[in-house]
Amino acid sequence: MINKKVNTVQEALQGIENGMTLMLGGFGLCGIPENSIAELVQKETQNLTCISNNAGVDNFGLGLLLQKKQIKKMISSYVGENAEFERQMLSGELEVDLIPQGTLAERCRAAQAGIPAFFTPAGYGTEVSEGKEAREFNGKMHIMELAFNADFAIIKAWKGDTAGNLIFKGTARNFNPCMAGAAKITIAEVEELVEAGTLDPNQIHIPGIFVQRIFQGEQYEKRIEQRTTRKKD
Amino acid sequence: MALDKIGIAKRIAQELKDGFFVNLGIGIPTLVANYIPKGIDVEFQSENGVLGMGPFPFEGEEDADLINAGKQTITTLPGASFFDSALSFGMIRGQHVDLTILGAMEVAENGDIANWKIPGKMVKGMGGAMDLVASAENIIVAMMHVNKAGESKILKKCTLPLTGVGCVKKVVTELAVLEITPKGFKLLERAPGVSVEHIIASTEATLIIDGEIPEMKID
Repeated sequence: MINKKVNTVQEALQGIENGMTLMLGGFGLCGIPENSIAELVQKETQNLTCISNNAGVDNFGLGLLLQKKQIKKMISSYVGENAEFERQMLSGELEVDLIPQGTLAERCRAAQAGIPAFFTPAGYGTEVSEGKEAREFNGKMHIMELAFNADFAIIKAWKGDTAGNLIFKGTARNFNPCMAGAAKITIAEVEELVEAGTLDPNQIHIPGIFVQRIFQGEQYEKRIEQRTTRKKD
Repeated sequence: MALDKIGIAKRIAQELKDGFFVNLGIGIPTLVANYIPKGIDVEFQSENGVLGMGPFPFEGEEDADLINAGKQTITTLPGASFFDSALSFGMIRGQHVDLTILGAMEVAENGDIANWKIPGKMVKGMGGAMDLVASAENIIVAMMHVNKAGESKILKKCTLPLTGVGCVKKVVTELAVLEITPKGFKLLERAPGVSVEHIIASTEATLIIDGEIPEMKID
């Protein structure tokens, strides 16, 4: 067994430097690597390019890095619910590349799987297709999209073992499995880290081969963005 | 009288068929889940990675790890499954999802749709909308016929940045049900008590009107 365990978030994030490109898992605030984001704020790493479906909210998730102006560029599919983001984008302080959500996921997966580019119908005929190669397949137009090229992928899982195997919970899975192994180094933070051999191999969602460093997060707030409920009859 | 949002959702719910996998957008489309016709089984997909989405949880039973694409807390129904975003959009682009219902700012008579950006005013991003409209075989748009300034959103040509081209099949508004044909918008039904003349006056695009236009039947 190759041991991927590191003891602290500081150790896990070693090597992340100014100007790097990071992939960060999560959808909204669901399944985000909270502990790593908090540490990036502490480290004061600057000029980051962040590939993440959303940009958090004003005071949580990637919004914390935006507040400290640590992000130079965001590559996302949806960035509502974040006033500071909007302000930085409209003032030109922040570069923003908005891309279709399925294309975002597939560009991660392509990087993970060694596929340099692929064709998708998403965005054909819109501003997303500007400057991109377009081709017809089976009577339908598609555009070429490239695999991402990132320095670090920072993902969050529910359970993991010291071999780096990961299990996700509910919709906190989202982009996390797609980003595992999609960057030069993948860091996984988990709610519960167990010894290799403890998890049932049948239940592993992402094999440890895609993960270089794993640690157990100290605490998880798991903030809910839209608390919607119904009353019991 | 023009329909309210619930009326639009109820009319769209009549388009659901037994065995459909359906993706619902944010806003009016989300309401459609409350009015599934009796006797049919449909399953809702949310692109953040769940099939078999159920209603909102009871108070105190919310799970931060279980949300829909609108980031609202949800529950799952028997037979539900979770998956990652790449597989989710594989389902969508691979046309395994039968019906997409989404909102729009503008729809044009050639089936173009705009719903993600107002230059200089609102830029939130397209989320999954571009993937959904580029791939779904069956797209129904739920929208208001006119904007707050009273201007038609049913157009000859979209003015806002497009989300997809030539993809919308049907539009349900507070005034009418419209089908997009190779010749443009065809008026299929009118809201109860709304005249054909009122619909024509509220529509910038030319409407194809073939004989008597029936009223929508809304319970």
